[in-house]
Amino acid sequence: MTPLAGYLLVAALLFSIGLAGALTRRNAILVLIGIELMLNAANLNLIAFWRYGPHPEALTGMMFAIFSIAVAAAEAAVGLGLVIQIHRHAHTTDLDAMNRMKG
Amino acid sequence: MSVVFYLLAALTVAGGLAAMLLKNTVHCALALTVAFAGLALLFLNLDAQFAGFAQILVYIGAVAILVVFAILLTRGSETPKDGVFSRTWLTGLAIAAAVFAVLGWAVIGSARVLPHETAVPAVTVQQIGVALVGRYVLPLEIVGVLLTAALIGAVIVAMHEKVEHEKEEQK
Repeated sequence: MTPLAGYLLVAALLFSIGLAGALTRRNAILVLIGIELMLNAANLNLIAFWRYGPHPEALTGMMFAIFSIAVAAAEAAVGLGLVIQIHRHAHTTDLDAMNRMKG
Repeated sequence: MSVVFYLLAALTVAGGLAAMLLKNTVHCALALTVAFAGLALLFLNLDAQFAGFAQILVYIGAVAILVVFAILLTRGSETPKDGVFSRTWLTGLAIAAAVFAVLGWAVIGSARVLPHETAVPAVTVQQIGVALVGRYVLPLEIVGVLLTAALIGAVIVAMHEKVEHEKEEQK
């Protein structure tokens, strides 16, 4: 197994763990944590392809990963703000209990 | 494949698994920090120093703290009585397993044709900075606008309730 395949497998495993968490956990914060894990797994793929692919001096994969980190930080801030607001409104973060769209 | 890679991969995957499986939400946030640290070390192992340190600063320094604050503000550390997993957990697990099977099959099937450059890329932070304000200046500006919008949006979303309370008090 080449090193790149190893990194890709780790990223795939991390992505699946994050997906499983996002789909099965009841707490909205943990669903966001799962989404963060999925984004991080994608970043690992980008960096691994940058390292082992041709022309690393073009910095394409590295730039993708840096911008992805910035966007993920913005996503986390807004997502957690929404969770806090929903908790104030509905007094729960249990996603199974949030079953109506009417405020 | 070096021993370091296997150790870091095991640390990262164990952190991710613990973050998704533990019952106490605060423990999940701590396990998430371990997973982020493992990923940062994997980036450093891939000779991507800038991305590794950015990962440490942004994820361990900011996102993990933000998650802990959100848990404290929503009193999420209390374990719910009827389990931490959703009623449809079996479907979610099956979907995640199917996704992993497809991804793993694709990676292993294409392992022979994957690129494998052995030369360590000698990229300095100066080169990254020049690229950021040169070729990638438009994405950089867009990310700046996005972060500003997210900052204002997060503040507005989180302060909304106070206004309503004041209105109710006035009534």
